[in-house]
Amino acid sequence: MSDKQVKTLDSITIRFAGDSGDGMQLTGGQFTDTTAIAGNDLNTFPDYPAEIRAPVGTTFGVSGFQIQLSSKPVHTPGDAPDVLVAMNPAALKVNLPILRDNGIIIVNTDSFQQRNLDLAKYESNPLEDDSLKLYQVFRVPITTLTREALKDSPLRPKDKDRSKNFFALGMTYWMYSRSMDHTIEWINAKFKNKPELIDANTRALQAGYTYALSTEIFTTSYRIDKADKKPGKYRNITGNEATALGFIAAAKRAGKELYLGSYPITPASDILHELAKYRNYGVKTFQAEDEIAGIASAIGASYAGDMAITTTSGPGLALKSEALGLAVITELPLVVVNVQRGGPSTGLPTKTEQADLMQAMYGRNGEAPVPVIAANSPSDCFSAAFEAMEIAFKFNTPVVLLTDGYIANGAEPWLIPKVEDLPVIKVDYADDAENYQPYKRDPETLARKMAIPGMPGFEHHVGGLEKDVSGNVSYVPAVHQEMVNLRAEKVKRVNMHTTEPELYGNPEGELLVISWGSTYGSVFKAMEEAHSRGLSVSWYHLRWINPMPKNLGDIIKNFKKVLVPEINLGQLKQLIRAEYLVDAQGFNRVNGLPINSGELLEAIESQLKG
Amino acid sequence: MADTMNIEPVKLTREDFNSPIEARWCPGCGDYSILAQMKKVLPELGVKKENIVFIAGIGCSSRFPYYVDTYGYHTIHGRAPAVASGVKIANPDLKVFVMTGDGDALSIGGNHFIHLCRRNIDITVVLFNNEIYGLTKGQYSPTSVQGQITKSSPYGSIERPFNPVEMALAAGATFVARTIDREPKHLEHILKRAAMHKGLSFVEVYQNCVIFNDGAYAPLTDKKVKKDNLIYMENDKPFIFGQDDEKALNWNGSGFEIVNLADHPEETLIKHAEDGGNPAAEFALSNLTMETHMPTPIGVFRNAHIPTYENMLVKQIKDVTAQKGEGTLETLLNSGNTFEIK
Repeated sequence: MSDKQVKTLDSITIRFAGDSGDGMQLTGGQFTDTTAIAGNDLNTFPDYPAEIRAPVGTTFGVSGFQIQLSSKPVHTPGDAPDVLVAMNPAALKVNLPILRDNGIIIVNTDSFQQRNLDLAKYESNPLEDDSLKLYQVFRVPITTLTREALKDSPLRPKDKDRSKNFFALGMTYWMYSRSMDHTIEWINAKFKNKPELIDANTRALQAGYTYALSTEIFTTSYRIDKADKKPGKYRNITGNEATALGFIAAAKRAGKELYLGSYPITPASDILHELAKYRNYGVKTFQAEDEIAGIASAIGASYAGDMAITTTSGPGLALKSEALGLAVITELPLVVVNVQRGGPSTGLPTKTEQADLMQAMYGRNGEAPVPVIAANSPSDCFSAAFEAMEIAFKFNTPVVLLTDGYIANGAEPWLIPKVEDLPVIKVDYADDAENYQPYKRDPETLARKMAIPGMPGFEHHVGGLEKDVSGNVSYVPAVHQEMVNLRAEKVKRVNMHTTEPELYGNPEGELLVISWGSTYGSVFKAMEEAHSRGLSVSWYHLRWINPMPKNLGDIIKNFKKVLVPEINLGQLKQLIRAEYLVDAQGFNRVNGLPINSGELLEAIESQLKG
Repeated sequence: MADTMNIEPVKLTREDFNSPIEARWCPGCGDYSILAQMKKVLPELGVKKENIVFIAGIGCSSRFPYYVDTYGYHTIHGRAPAVASGVKIANPDLKVFVMTGDGDALSIGGNHFIHLCRRNIDITVVLFNNEIYGLTKGQYSPTSVQGQITKSSPYGSIERPFNPVEMALAAGATFVARTIDREPKHLEHILKRAAMHKGLSFVEVYQNCVIFNDGAYAPLTDKKVKKDNLIYMENDKPFIFGQDDEKALNWNGSGFEIVNLADHPEETLIKHAEDGGNPAAEFALSNLTMETHMPTPIGVFRNAHIPTYENMLVKQIKDVTAQKGEGTLETLLNSGNTFEIK
């Protein structure tokens, strides 16, 4: 055995890639959990195809999982991976263009036979020609070594090969000085009724670790020190899990039962899966016959006194439009979660995009304003869901919560909040049956006073037809004018009850960057670098997009230029231009991926030069 | 929140359900009859007024909630079954009605309607079937007969109609009945039975639209001929009809045929069984209509009892809670893979 070195790194970005049946998401998930427990900060990016099992070996079927881990705060999964674990030629081909120069490639050489090379459309074997000369390539016969490690296992050869992702995981655990304990525990729990799988996966994992330790190929292992994070209890969490938990927490703080009406759709279904587990928290999940029934049933549940939500992605929000208008005119508390994905139409179901902002803002018939809030990271989905519900109940209004595929599936460590730090959500029903009028309003918030079925003496009618204050249908011109104005004014007043975001950087200067939603991490990283280069740029990241924060107009006045980075063709930019009459410019990418912070930094520099 | 449990006996009269809003259907509309009979039924259900909710979609029928003084929600076209499902699941103590029409329930809302039937949520659906779109002023509907001349079918409709009772049976509704606006006693009786049923109850009401489809059910309502065309089904009784009760339906092994009582003594005839045990008979009965040139049965086609959706949900919540313990905010936040940073 050769002498091995240990090098300390600040941060590293690893990408696991293989066929969609190779278990890359599982491998990445295990690496993530282990990394979180080791105390690094981290951010992940699962990147997988829409097809469940695309043709084996082809580039369409490549599933990837990227993680950045660091001893410093991390806000993105990393622009370019430092390390690529490629389980087959297709995975190498797809991911090579994003790997950084001189990056590390670990390949499963067993999979580089002619058939797989053909499937990946390689004309010659990249391991044999000089196409990888810019990189450090570690050639490991992962399949052979896995079979060898499992030679005593009773599993069939095909099933033994399924453990090869654990072999690869074991190697990376050694390379990055991780402990195998968490994954071994996980294997024991996951396969508790299948001892032969516990045995095979544990052995493959250990064999990978031992191989990396003992072989001469790997000369160096790396250490990433613990991040200097705020002390406390953490949990590694994805955006969809955090969204689900945020709503359960809101229901508990309101003393309400949580109702979800939803129809399965990628990438939002995990919220439904998550909430369906929580029956013992009084959570009612209703898997509706379609998107419309999802929201319509949630409207019914809200009308009858539950805390109601519906969850979807872009095409589903389109189907819910009419019902959302009903919730607007009948003024019921409801949160609609849109986990955005690439569009239009079916678009890119498993890829991320921010192109539903205008749909959330205006995608309804008539004047139908709704408050719109966007989460900025996986763990922030918890707070955003909670806050969306606070506003829904304070104003008796539907609220749209925007997340997207990137933060919904991505994970990061989350500092678990203390129960007593979560605000109590006050539910304020009408109390004077004698004089009850369903559209009588709170003078400050303009929220109508609700009464729910079961409350004696408050029997009344609501509906999609325009009503006067008493709840009677009215076609009187002045009544419609007044009600339209009131509903608009009510939503405008939401920003008197929300916290304004903090301006990052100087309060005045050359350039102001305004962003929203999941681009937070990429912009953060670009801004850090911009400031370290002494650039005169400040940053304002919106949480509520409707209504805009009260102080945004004044902030904009203190800058010469405005740049709006978004994963769309300039939707927030349009809103900013319309609202503040400023010549805002966009930085726009719609390639299904999070914004690359390096490119954004260039755009900032070019704005400052131009 | 108010106590929604129905503990004390409820003393209500039909006047208690008079709405301050005056009904605005056309003079002579069959909907008035349904409203009148419903107001007779409501006080007899033993349900507090505040626990009664009427949900409707869009159409003439769907204005119904405004005309009864209970909780009422006039929603959007076709979606009342979905809204009502949410209401009932949120608060199973409520008595929930869906008032709908042939266009609302079977065209734009067809999907929601079949799934509501399938789930057996304890909701009463009353479908006003006038075989026409009234509120949009006279287009053919999914129950319009083939050949019907309407504004959107000036040369006659070429579409085949749905049979609402057959659809509800096929979709798994546990209580399925048909009645007629011009038969007030029968209508009252059926509405009451449907409302008392535990599970999804469906009532098709043949309802005359005086403006756009007047006389669609004349063979069943015209005093001179109706006895030849209408069969009042009663549980455990033979299907006797005719001007002098001289005819009956009988089962010939593969379907129903008309027989003379003179040749077939009453005790030899097949009797109606509502219990849902004989699907072949249910579907055969549902297909006896004016369309098929047979007498049309009214009454209850199916009255079966299986657990309701909301009861099973409540039970599941109880069972999981018993098994896992009641979830608190503390346990929620601290679940999953947690780790400490010091």
